[in-house]
Amino acid sequence: MNILIFTPVLPEIAITIVSMFLLIIGVFKKNEKTYTTISNLAILSLLVVLFLIFSGSVPKGVSFGGSLITDSFSLYLKTLILISSIIILVVSNIYLRNINLLKFEYIILILLSVVGMMIMVSSNDLISLYLSIELQSLPLYVLASIRNKSSKSTESGLKYFVLGALSSCILLYGLSLIYGYTGSIYYNEIASNLSEYDVGILIGVAFTLAGFAFKISAVPFHMWTPDVYEGSPTTVTAFFAVAPKIAALGLIVRVLITAMPTLMEDWQSILILLSIFSMLLGAFSAIGQRNLKRLLAYSSISHMGFALMGVINGSFDGVRSLSLYMLIYLVMSLALFISIIALKTNDEHIENIEDISGLAKINPVMALIISILLFSLAGIPPLAGFFAKFYVLYAAIDAKLYYLAIFGVLSSVISAFYYLRIIKVMYFEESAISFDPISKRLKTIIYLLTAITLLFFLRPSIFINFAGTASASLFI
Amino acid sequence: MIAINNYLALASILFVIGIFGVFLNKKNIIIILMSIELMLLAVNINLVAFSTYLNDITGQIFSLLVLTVAAAEAAIGLAILVIYFRNKGTIAVEDITEMKG
Repeated sequence: MNILIFTPVLPEIAITIVSMFLLIIGVFKKNEKTYTTISNLAILSLLVVLFLIFSGSVPKGVSFGGSLITDSFSLYLKTLILISSIIILVVSNIYLRNINLLKFEYIILILLSVVGMMIMVSSNDLISLYLSIELQSLPLYVLASIRNKSSKSTESGLKYFVLGALSSCILLYGLSLIYGYTGSIYYNEIASNLSEYDVGILIGVAFTLAGFAFKISAVPFHMWTPDVYEGSPTTVTAFFAVAPKIAALGLIVRVLITAMPTLMEDWQSILILLSIFSMLLGAFSAIGQRNLKRLLAYSSISHMGFALMGVINGSFDGVRSLSLYMLIYLVMSLALFISIIALKTNDEHIENIEDISGLAKINPVMALIISILLFSLAGIPPLAGFFAKFYVLYAAIDAKLYYLAIFGVLSSVISAFYYLRIIKVMYFEESAISFDPISKRLKTIIYLLTAITLLFFLRPSIFINFAGTASASLFI
Repeated sequence: MIAINNYLALASILFVIGIFGVFLNKKNIIIILMSIELMLLAVNINLVAFSTYLNDITGQIFSLLVLTVAAAEAAIGLAILVIYFRNKGTIAVEDITEMKG
């Protein structure tokens, strides 16, 4: 194994260097325009990296002596992470100007955490796993509390930090046990040494899964999600809802499939519980919420429960359905968050459900778009969200886990209630307030993402094949 | 030569003390930070013990990296704590209740 191969991780290295460079620019040139310059440079560099990955010029293979692996699966997830972070940076430009929070550190932190996520999905040993998770979460703690004059934002940052650090400790304890009982930190060696039945291994796997569950906010490790989502600036919330979840799910899939295939029965039972409780709690707790961001937090918990269903089987079909779920979830939830960011009344951003009452009369296009997105999140055909849920449910039925699929359908029905309630408020309630016009750039992004959600059913095979080639690389 | 079981028992006891420190304490967030440090050190004991037992250097390298990350984490945690204190004027755990439900 040659240690000096690093072309497969060139995207990560490039983004790291760019973020250091932008940090220097930001520190030495502090004036009004710095934020815009740095933001444009960051978006440009992310676009270049995205293009490099998309055009296939990043070679596949292991690097750093086997610590990192670049295969189709990690490249697929990196594409999703880059797309979501580019969209978030573009939207932040507008949103942060509105709430008067143009700090260039915001962009650097997003870039660094993107590097962490990209390493997460290509990690191939326990050390790179732990370090990438930390590199991903440390900037996120700061991002949550970036509005340092607001007590809500700092409180959410504090809560996120305490629970995130606790979850890292639990994860690390599990990793140390896995290392000790298998004698190796590389996934493939762990997989081959795991054959003996040992209670230490089981404790290690359980602790590791608990740490992972914190990162994707699966019940019973979800407590931080609603508070952090509510307190953070909305663009940060949108970022939280999408990119770290995709990275953590990718990591879970890789660890479970490549490092612990022999323990499948054990982790299967843990994941089934996580999945069922996440779906049900997400559905029931969202019913009483008035704050839109809190409601979306519970909705994301429930979606994570659905996505976990894909990995339970440990089969190619399951992982493919999960990859597809992540893609569709990214499109839907980013579009919905950006719509919330776009709606303003007298320069105040909306917070609660009743703030958008009567939207249909004032801005029928936006009301229609939000309804489409909510229907899609609820999983109503023929929108994209239906296909996402259909394939994971299919994977669960394929694994003969009928009760899991039944719980999935039930919680989907329950969650349709609160999605429909928002639509009812928009269409059937009167409102005296008016809404400010929406900027062109936000409109373009929202229309584009909604178009994907709406027209997905015309050619689902494009996306399914895309997800399929990615997942196939895990099963060689 | 002390058997590895003793090290593992020590580490698990420290880890459990850390977890209890996070959840039972009602007074001060700094104590939570200390408990988290304690948990990380418990993990380090685990790693170093396994490393010696297996005659494999990787565990010790891992524990050095954990120490580094713990330092970074403590720095960020204290920074967030300071801006929180500036807004609220208190760091008592029972007062962190602005958002609920």
